[in-house]
Amino acid sequence: MSVVTRRSPGRVGESVTRPDAVPKVRGEFAFAGDLWADRMLWGQTLRSPHPSARIRGIEVAAALAIPGVAAVLTGADLPGRNRYGLEHRDQPVFADDVVRYAGEPIAVVAADHPETARRACAAIVVAYDVLEPLTDPAVAAEAAPLHPDGNVFRELIIRRGDLSARGPIVVEGTYEIGMQDQAFMGPEAGLAIPADDGGVDLIVSTQWLHNDREQVAECLGLPEEMVRITLGGVGGAFGAREDVSLHIHSCLLALHTGRPVKMVYSRRESFLGHVHRHPARIWMRHSADADGTLVSFETRIVLDGGAYRSSSYHVTANAACFAAGPYRVPNALVEAFGVRTNNPPCGAMRGFGAVQVAFAHEAQMDRVAEACGVDPVELRLHNALAPGDELLTGQRITGTLPVADVIRACAAVPLPPPRVDDVLARPGGAGRTSDDVDVHRGVGFAVGFKNLMYAEGYDDFSTARCSLTDGVATVTCAAAEVGQGFVTLVQQFARTILGVDDVVVAPADTSIGSAGSTSASRQTMMSGGAVEQACRAVRVQLLARVAHEHLESPVELDIVDGRVRSRDGTIDLPVVDLFPGETFEATEEFHHRATTPLDADGQGDAHVSFACAAHRAVVDVDPELGLVRVVHLATAQDVGKVLNPVQVVGQVEGGIAQGVGLAVMEELVLERGVVRNPSFTDYLIPTALDAPDVDMTLIEEPEPGAPFGAKGVGEPPTISSTPAVVAAIRSVTGRPLDRVPVRPHDITGL
Amino acid sequence: MTESYTLRVNGVVRDVRDAWVGESLLYVLRERLGLPSVKSGCEQGECGSCSVLVSGALVCSCLVLAASVSEQEIVTPEGLQSDERGALTTVQRAFVDEGAVQCGFCTPGLVMAVHELLARDDAPDDLAIREAISGNLCRCTGYGRVFAAIRRAVADRDADSGVDT
Repeated sequence: MSVVTRRSPGRVGESVTRPDAVPKVRGEFAFAGDLWADRMLWGQTLRSPHPSARIRGIEVAAALAIPGVAAVLTGADLPGRNRYGLEHRDQPVFADDVVRYAGEPIAVVAADHPETARRACAAIVVAYDVLEPLTDPAVAAEAAPLHPDGNVFRELIIRRGDLSARGPIVVEGTYEIGMQDQAFMGPEAGLAIPADDGGVDLIVSTQWLHNDREQVAECLGLPEEMVRITLGGVGGAFGAREDVSLHIHSCLLALHTGRPVKMVYSRRESFLGHVHRHPARIWMRHSADADGTLVSFETRIVLDGGAYRSSSYHVTANAACFAAGPYRVPNALVEAFGVRTNNPPCGAMRGFGAVQVAFAHEAQMDRVAEACGVDPVELRLHNALAPGDELLTGQRITGTLPVADVIRACAAVPLPPPRVDDVLARPGGAGRTSDDVDVHRGVGFAVGFKNLMYAEGYDDFSTARCSLTDGVATVTCAAAEVGQGFVTLVQQFARTILGVDDVVVAPADTSIGSAGSTSASRQTMMSGGAVEQACRAVRVQLLARVAHEHLESPVELDIVDGRVRSRDGTIDLPVVDLFPGETFEATEEFHHRATTPLDADGQGDAHVSFACAAHRAVVDVDPELGLVRVVHLATAQDVGKVLNPVQVVGQVEGGIAQGVGLAVMEELVLERGVVRNPSFTDYLIPTALDAPDVDMTLIEEPEPGAPFGAKGVGEPPTISSTPAVVAAIRSVTGRPLDRVPVRPHDITGL
Repeated sequence: MTESYTLRVNGVVRDVRDAWVGESLLYVLRERLGLPSVKSGCEQGECGSCSVLVSGALVCSCLVLAASVSEQEIVTPEGLQSDERGALTTVQRAFVDEGAVQCGFCTPGLVMAVHELLARDDAPDDLAIREAISGNLCRCTGYGRVFAAIRRAVADRDADSGVDT
């Protein structure tokens, strides 16, 4: 891809440089882990090594006796409720009597040096009665409850059409998705500072400041206004920072010691201390007419939510609602279960339920195509959803969803040139290299879609304030910038609407109303919508003031190229020179259109908006050694409207890399509930040698109700890139490859 | 066991007083000398976020004992600048202009790796670029814009006749 960027202040539609790019390339940008305070202590967590146990006792005296240790705290020291949770408070801040997963926090330590804190954790003696863990999600629903809430987070049934209808072509399969990790680069970090009023200030890397604040306040027994949260620099998120991690622990230590406490997770602790993508086992059966028209769809989906609920309730819904992919299915039965086990808790990760089912439905679509003797791309086009069609949930698509367009555009991207042998470019690279003659090239195609924004009747909103003084706009919004580039959009929106060049993006904190979570591809629409409204309100105030001064009607005025102009040309004034010292300000809330819950048949207008993408993967495969190299990904994506081309390209390329990772290398390996590879040595993510070249086409059909017509673009790249890669490998090996990540022995069959 | 020693960082001799000798160069640069551009991403030498130059060699500072490099010239991202007023280097400028920065956590380490590459190879081909930064993990970009930035840095350096790296 080639993109031309623009350094000067840019507006909507231009490849504007992000405001934090220069400090980031210099290393001057302050990530949460870079913060420092006078008299600061280091916090450290002690976690359970056992996935299931009863705690008989915790002895902290030896740890407290270590010079430099300021505090050793457990659940007994928590002033508020010892339960937290993103959507439902079922998770202990510290395990009290029962341990439900390996990695569950038991105690925290504050000390003058991180090494002292580590040694103090090692000196805490915990007496466990180790129990047999429940690790098989298939039996969780019937097993003895692991928690007072039971073992089923959600059971969702969708019934649509005639459940007895069958076409002559029937294909079925069972698919498995391993546990993927978000593996952002900047580990969890925060600095908690005790305040004079008895409250606490927390600067933390997170995705949703206000939700964090509620939970911290509840667990500390403080009113919400005494917990003030500011966004620290965030080193990537991808869903893993939606749940509270060290927030409560660090604040508790700070309040207890009366000193600032910094906590930074090691990579190992990061792998143990945040939620993962749900592993899944999915059975699907499709039937079709001889020409490939889908007639019926049945699926049973079991998602392993691990020990606590996190967002399992809504991941289950997403997996169910989008289980058939972006295709017309008149008759369907979907049974989806999110269950509790003693495995690590799972929750949000980019793609949120749609990733798991896309691996299954796209494998199925290839099988339907083969059984019908239809080209796989043609089969998808033939069944593609379009506006006006209904989803499995009976919801009619009223916004844009150009499924056929993304399929055609992706298929039209030229294939990469034939392979030129280079030892470094062979599957396995230079270390475990294939022989040139054993390398075969495969091509695979896949399509996926998901919802944007929260769902099922939730009245989601975001808040933003715009203030304009002397031609400088300041925008305040608590939306978490996690790397995606929201701060750039803020500047572009304000410049476009107000005709100014200078736009200050104020720090994100809880002094303003909630902006909601940086998830569900929602910030472009929700917080973008709030910023747009606030800027437009200020524009109205400004133009009214000019009109008043000049005895004009405000409707005659416009802002063009940074100047307020009247239609007749009698008024032509630079915005920066207007009303020196005066401030125009507005705070606005943006709500999306109302949705409804799903009924007993899984029917309802549950979703706000949708986005789709298609991917075509070219993969070099050595079927004898079971090695692969993902060479090229073509994609076309439904983006509504491009607000900033270079940022969209970056999101698409980055999302594809994560999809490729799930396809061929990324899995947290569990053994009896214990993560065996919590490190970058053993949990592999794509390096620069693994990442494919990407060519993309962006399909622009403005979405009604979205600011400037733009859709969030972060998630679709991760949905169908995985099945496209696996389809390419299948095309070489002829093996079913019904599990991701695909391992060498899956390819060789040995 | 604590010890006092000096480190020569970005051309300046810095005192490290009464430090535990087990501390990594990463920890001492970040927490004792106040150079947070050196990022701690894995502490196993896998992610490259803590990349610095020690006597011109690219190393993961998490794998080096600070006290063991007291005689050597250390360069961190703070030490990269193309003139005394602190202008961006060609590589840094290219990262900004090509959109190679998202969350930015890997960026300082990547920039160090690219400087090291261009110091030994002024016309790296695609595979050489991939190989040179394969020790620097990035989770946001998928590397596409990073490759574009490196290609641009190579071209811009040619145009500037290699005045700076």
